[in-house]
Amino acid sequence: MTTCEDAQQICTKNQYEEASWREKINLLLHLVVCNTCRAYSRKNARLTRLCEKASLHTLSKSEKKRMKDAILRQE
Amino acid sequence: MKEEEKIKSQHDLRPDGWVDQYADYLFNYAIARVNDTELAKDLVQETFFAGLNSAKNFKGTASERTWLVAILKRKVIDYYRKINSKKGKAEVRVSYKDEGSEGRWLEEQVADPFSRSENDRIENEELGQAIQDCITQLPPKQAQVFTMKTIQGLSTEDICNELGINPSNLWVLVFRARTALMGCLNKSWFAS
Repeated sequence: MTTCEDAQQICTKNQYEEASWREKINLLLHLVVCNTCRAYSRKNARLTRLCEKASLHTLSKSEKKRMKDAILRQE
Repeated sequence: MKEEEKIKSQHDLRPDGWVDQYADYLFNYAIARVNDTELAKDLVQETFFAGLNSAKNFKGTASERTWLVAILKRKVIDYYRKINSKKGKAEVRVSYKDEGSEGRWLEEQVADPFSRSENDRIENEELGQAIQDCITQLPPKQAQVFTMKTIQGLSTEDICNELGINPSNLWVLVFRARTALMGCLNKSWFAS
């Protein structure tokens, strides 16, 4: 039996399309009987869409390293 | 924490943590305003320098991040001032309708408040800040793994190798991060 915690973790993996078919089946079977996880699943998918829409940027590790070094030199 | 320690820590700046804690947040803030990644990077770096130089002016009334954002905001304004002064004197020519059929009266040139693309752009910018905001509130490890997986789009294998964790550790961290983000993001983002 898939627990809610398991189902939500599979759901998370599924957001990155990295859940195996066995996991997907377990998730679906769980969603049929669990309202809480259905709601969780919807929100999780929504979060994926929001992250895509926001087109977030991040500095690479080397750029951060460069900034840190520059700050240390200034101090 | 004792009361006096609390007051003391509010006045302390911790520049060694700035890059890890705020660089991404400030970077996104800058990109949204100057629309140029290289320039945005420079502005963030300058913000940190300016922060160091004026650390003694930090009163501890605002949070460290709010204070840094205020500095960055000045940098962005200064940047636009500089490029505007380079453009030389403004030239005023008034003639209605020369190129294009829209006409040149001011009323016809202001941004259309109902413009869909413009509204979307503003909304996405706000959304980006809101997400970034929530990410900075996560425990550092969760924030790091979530950012690598979701924003940088790195593969599970690469992240595991780099951080020395196994895939199930990774998924637990991503799962916790996402659950926290769903709670942190304002309800209105989940409305429709």
